[in-house]
Amino acid sequence: MTRIKNDTAAAGPAAPALEAAPRAPGELLLSAQDLVIGFTLRGRKLTAVRRASLELRAGETLAVVGESGSGKSVLAKSLLGMLDRNGRAESGRIMYRGVDLAAFTGEKEWLKVRGSRIAMVFQDPMTALNPLKTVGEQIREAAALHRGLDKAASRALALDMLKRVGIGEPERRYGQYPHEFSGGMLQRAVIAAAIACGPEILICDEPTTALDVTIQAQILDLIKGLQRDLGMSVLFITHDLGVVAKMADRIAVMYAGQVVEEGLSRELFYDPRHPYTWALLASLPQLGVKGEELFAIKGTPPSLFKEIKGDAFAPRNPMALKVDFEHEPPFFDLSPTHRAKTWLLDPRAPAMEAPDTVKRLKSRIADAGRAAGVAGAGSPERPGSGVKKEAKR
Amino acid sequence: MSAEPILSVEGLKVRFGSGRKAFEAVRGVSFELYRDETLSLVGESGSGKTTIGRAIMRVYPAAAGSVRYRGREIAGKVGAEEERLLRQKIQMIFQDPMASLNERAKIDYIVSEGLYNFKLFKDEAERLAKVEKALLEVGLLPEFASRFPHEFSGGQRQRIGIARALAMEPEILIADEPISALDVSIRAQVINLLNKLKRDRGLSYLFIAHDLSVVRFISDRIAVIHLGRLVELAPAEELFERPLHPYTKALLSAVPVPDPDEERDKKLVVYDPASHGYEAGDAPAWREALPGHFVLANEAELRDWTAGG
Ligand SMILES: Nc1ncnc2c1ncn2[C@@H]1O[C@H](COP(=O)(O)OP(=O)(O)OP(=O)(O)O)[C@@H](O)[C@H]1O
Ligand SMILES: Nc1ncnc2c1ncn2[C@@H]1O[C@H](COP(=O)(O)OP(=O)(O)OP(=O)(O)O)[C@@H](O)[C@H]1O
Ligand SMILES: [Mg+2]
Ligand SMILES: [Mg+2]
Repeated sequence: MTRIKNDTAAAGPAAPALEAAPRAPGELLLSAQDLVIGFTLRGRKLTAVRRASLELRAGETLAVVGESGSGKSVLAKSLLGMLDRNGRAESGRIMYRGVDLAAFTGEKEWLKVRGSRIAMVFQDPMTALNPLKTVGEQIREAAALHRGLDKAASRALALDMLKRVGIGEPERRYGQYPHEFSGGMLQRAVIAAAIACGPEILICDEPTTALDVTIQAQILDLIKGLQRDLGMSVLFITHDLGVVAKMADRIAVMYAGQVVEEGLSRELFYDPRHPYTWALLASLPQLGVKGEELFAIKGTPPSLFKEIKGDAFAPRNPMALKVDFEHEPPFFDLSPTHRAKTWLLDPRAPAMEAPDTVKRLKSRIADAGRAAGVAGAGSPERPGSGVKKEAKR
Repeated sequence: MSAEPILSVEGLKVRFGSGRKAFEAVRGVSFELYRDETLSLVGESGSGKTTIGRAIMRVYPAAAGSVRYRGREIAGKVGAEEERLLRQKIQMIFQDPMASLNERAKIDYIVSEGLYNFKLFKDEAERLAKVEKALLEVGLLPEFASRFPHEFSGGQRQRIGIARALAMEPEILIADEPISALDVSIRAQVINLLNKLKRDRGLSYLFIAHDLSVVRFISDRIAVIHLGRLVELAPAEELFERPLHPYTKALLSAVPVPDPDEERDKKLVVYDPASHGYEAGDAPAWREALPGHFVLANEAELRDWTAGG
């Protein structure tokens, strides 16, 4: 295991491994391997992430979806050393450019990675910005700190970033305070601050849930454009499967602290294999019949205070096999890019298919879209108009 | 849906600041909410949705207009008895679950607070049973009762807010983005719960949300708001199948679809407020374009938008 020595000054030269040349698209960039993250709660131990593994490749967007409380945010925060104080990575590795980030012992080491290499955009932009400082100064300071630029250079960079994220009149906006920005503009400012540091990896934790769909569309297009221009990799956490369909190259599905299925976007939407993924897709309101109950998974997720035996989803899975209650399933490969962690894929398991609603997902959604006159072909459109004008108060 | 509105809002205006810095966030909004109805409020961030909810909750004073609960005016000062009644009967689930939960109280107390205030239980056993039921209904484990808000994920915190509001057994629930942080399946569970309470207890909802696929599924009627004014209001399916106002069309076109192939080919409609070209004497008014389908338009627009069937 390579480790950066503790005594290297924060602003000093980074360890050689972190300075390596840019990666070719598709090359492995960051990987969590068998990561276990626990929290201590008044003397009790809660295990939020249970031997989860995840890979992020250069230039790709990986969407992480799954159960509320399944460990998505905790896993993402661990990649930047931002866990709450009562939590820590107990075992497993986070490999980035040959360095195991999980072995870091102090802030000094993390400061070399956080912001400059791996940056994060949180759901609530208000908490990310200091209300007492102008938006422009905050972006400038981030750039100065992480890129070692002087005042003039970092200011120029901050202005350029504001422009890049589509904020009009950047000179005037630079000097405004957060409360003078609307929600959508604030979120863009936070993204500007994140990319001003020139990170290789951008982690977005539900960056658009608080925004209306038109501003959401702008911000998603913005992230896509920046990714293309700057060659960033994006880890995108969201519950909105529409956003996933728009953004993701690959998708990882989490349940009870583990990744249970992963694959290319089309593989996950059109050929899902894990019963939890089926249940998730079947719960979409687009598949519901008005006036009737929506499909929802019965029961509650397991308590994370206790050891989980077998497949964590088994107690809620009507199709569970006997083995599910006894042994944890391994991953079964379905294609070089698609795998799922369920005994259903074992050759000895009885043949079991995805529920009909899930298989009909594609046609149902296309129908609903056409009825609304909004989706895909035949929709009213104005050519060449991707982005609406900036939101005004 | 019954004929008597349980809540009527008429010409509501809300202002922030004063003098030259005054800003009118809600600029004359009118709608009615009926018993066991779900009316959704959708629209741009910053258009005034939360402000309307907070004005009904009497957190913000109305600068003009009226808010009536069962026919009685509640905007402005009311008697102590009425105040107490309103504080139980009208509940709001606040948009930001992080800011709206008391960080120093355990979940058990947060969910029970209203029960204590209004003595909604006869003994400790009944209180605990109510808390447990409220937590289970929103998919949370009873063991969570002894933990603090910051020890939960975003979606778990949001559900604590829902459990707390429902435990009060309100008549009207103003739900401001109540399920934005939930995964699809728990979202479905909460939607089913809200619909069940509507059937069983005749609960009415003013539902504020950005997720239009949820709004379409859950609503009886939908109101679209833009810059503090309603621009369209119609029965839910009608609004999706026959949007009239260009802002509504733009909004619907931006809804992301959970299908990668559809998303790839999708085109957005853009709304340009200047496109109306309203001139003096030609101002738009709130008109019933089709039965039960209202839109903010001038004469010419009304003709154009409803032409050709
Ligand atoms: N500081 C903490 N102390 C104790 N437990 C915590 C803490 N932070 C998170 N947890 C627990 O860890 C688990 C994972 O939380 P996490 O925030 O990663 O969930 P998530 O997948 O992001 O969910 P959501 O979709 O609701 O945001 C949850 O069960 C949560 O209650
Ligand atoms: N306490 C306040 N003081 C001053 N201005 C405010 C206050 N609360 C809201 N506003 C302003 O009023 C307008 C309406 O805000 P509101 O929060 O109602 O919007 P919203 O429709 O709920 O938006 P979102 O979808 O982003 O939640 C915004 O321009 C906002 O900046
Ligand atoms: Mg989270
Ligand atoms: Mg709001």
